[in-house]
Amino acid sequence: MNPVVRRHLTDKIVVAISFVITAAILAVLAFILGTLIYNGLAAMKLSLFTESTPPPGSAGGLANAIMGSLMMTVLATLIATPVGIRAGTYLAEYARGNKLASVVRFINDVLLSAPSIIIGLFVYTIIVMPMGHFSAWAGTVALAIIAVPIIVRTTEDMLSLVPDTLREAGMALGTPKWMVILHIGYKAAFQGMLTGILLAIARVSGETAPLLFTALNNQFWSMDLNAPMANLPVVIFQFAMSPYADWRELAWGGALLITFTVLVLNVLARVLSSQKKRAA
Amino acid sequence: MSTQIFAPTISGTAATSLGDDEAKEKIGIRDLRFYYGEYEALKGINISIRDRRVTAFIGPSGCGKSTLLRTMNRIYEMYPGQRTTGEINVDGRNILDPKEDLTRLRSNIGMVFQKPTPFPMSIWENVAFGIRLYENLSKADLDERVHWALSRTALWDEVKDKLNQLGTGLSGGQQQRLCIARAVAVKPGILLMDEPASALDPISTAKLEELIAELRDDFCIVIVTHNMQQAARAADYTAFMYLGDLVEYDTSEKIFTNPADKRTRDYVTGRFG
Repeated sequence: MNPVVRRHLTDKIVVAISFVITAAILAVLAFILGTLIYNGLAAMKLSLFTESTPPPGSAGGLANAIMGSLMMTVLATLIATPVGIRAGTYLAEYARGNKLASVVRFINDVLLSAPSIIIGLFVYTIIVMPMGHFSAWAGTVALAIIAVPIIVRTTEDMLSLVPDTLREAGMALGTPKWMVILHIGYKAAFQGMLTGILLAIARVSGETAPLLFTALNNQFWSMDLNAPMANLPVVIFQFAMSPYADWRELAWGGALLITFTVLVLNVLARVLSSQKKRAA
Repeated sequence: MSTQIFAPTISGTAATSLGDDEAKEKIGIRDLRFYYGEYEALKGINISIRDRRVTAFIGPSGCGKSTLLRTMNRIYEMYPGQRTTGEINVDGRNILDPKEDLTRLRSNIGMVFQKPTPFPMSIWENVAFGIRLYENLSKADLDERVHWALSRTALWDEVKDKLNQLGTGLSGGQQQRLCIARAVAVKPGILLMDEPASALDPISTAKLEELIAELRDDFCIVIVTHNMQQAARAADYTAFMYLGDLVEYDTSEKIFTNPADKRTRDYVTGRFG
């Protein structure tokens, strides 16, 4: 065969294969979202947001689980953000080329990819067992531990993208280093760092395994951080596998809520990081 | 190593030939050596830089001219493994003294870089940034000082209607003048410029050179440049560096028309570099 013709043919075949595979993957995603929306929308009633999880066979909603998820996610973010930003700042600004930094960075990467069930077990061992009962605090800590390495990583990455010439310009004006970081580094890296925090929230809000060992679940409305607390992932886990139709419907509703939240957070992160690129 | 033997004599004689200039010494450098780890990048520099004059450093890439500039405000200390020996006397005080307060030192020595470095904030905030570090001015006084600095750098008319816009939105030449305004705003005695025009187009470069001539009367300006025409045009004195040595230091006229050293002559006539 003529080599030019053959090359064109190869090109066409490779493009066709790539297209088909991409379409297949998108189809799976569309199928998941379609099923989710179809089943989830049926559960979208006002009572979903106003009533607590019901006993089998009676009507109810997910108010306690939504509130619990919200509380634990927000608290975990409040704990993880300052820790993660500080550690990321240390790595990017203070520990360049230093041995400790490479160790910290390595451990952080391990933590980043650690299975979340291990983190759940860890918190179970150090908080739940000594306290003698499950609690929202334990759940919060578990979620924070999952969020920290994500924030550390993005903070370091984003600060590393800030050109050194900007730091030099700040230092050359006689600015103390901490002010250069605070007023110039953070300002330049702000959108990227915020994106990291949003992605951490998105990741944490769907975590189930660590909550099973820590916050567990609560059938009733409870804002007590020292007691077990309802939360969407664990409710979905329990209800979806139950034999009761109304529980399963609530599980679909919860799943749709979580997916929607994560989607919004991801889109927000996307928008923020694309603005960042345009500004640079 | 052989260059080390005669370098001090040459820079020594060069320094004396500036003797009839009434301008006093602003920066006096004695036997300055600079090390990147083990590598000696400056091999014993001696030079007397005059106040209210423009002094240019020229030389081929890697000759140490930027390194030398970066010792004058000790900005190199941001990076580990870089160190100096010798003396840099600014207004008679050795700034290499470990007890020297770097913040205060740098408030007196402005620096402008190769690429413009506007901070990610508004034009006004860029200029006010340095002032607010040292002085506690009212908003009105601060406004006035920002106005003064921007006028001094011939930028006021171009930016007066967009002081609240991001400094990064300006053109390259404007950004560079904004950076000079930021440095000038704190009223330093010395301005260090590290190839300030190398990222600019010819028109912006011409404006920048005009600005340097304009600022000459109030500052001691030290400029590192790859562009020999620029040194010839803008600088009162020119120093030629080669392989970490200061080869020759004299009036720009002398350096570009009748240099004493063969290496200087070869370089300024374009035979190498």
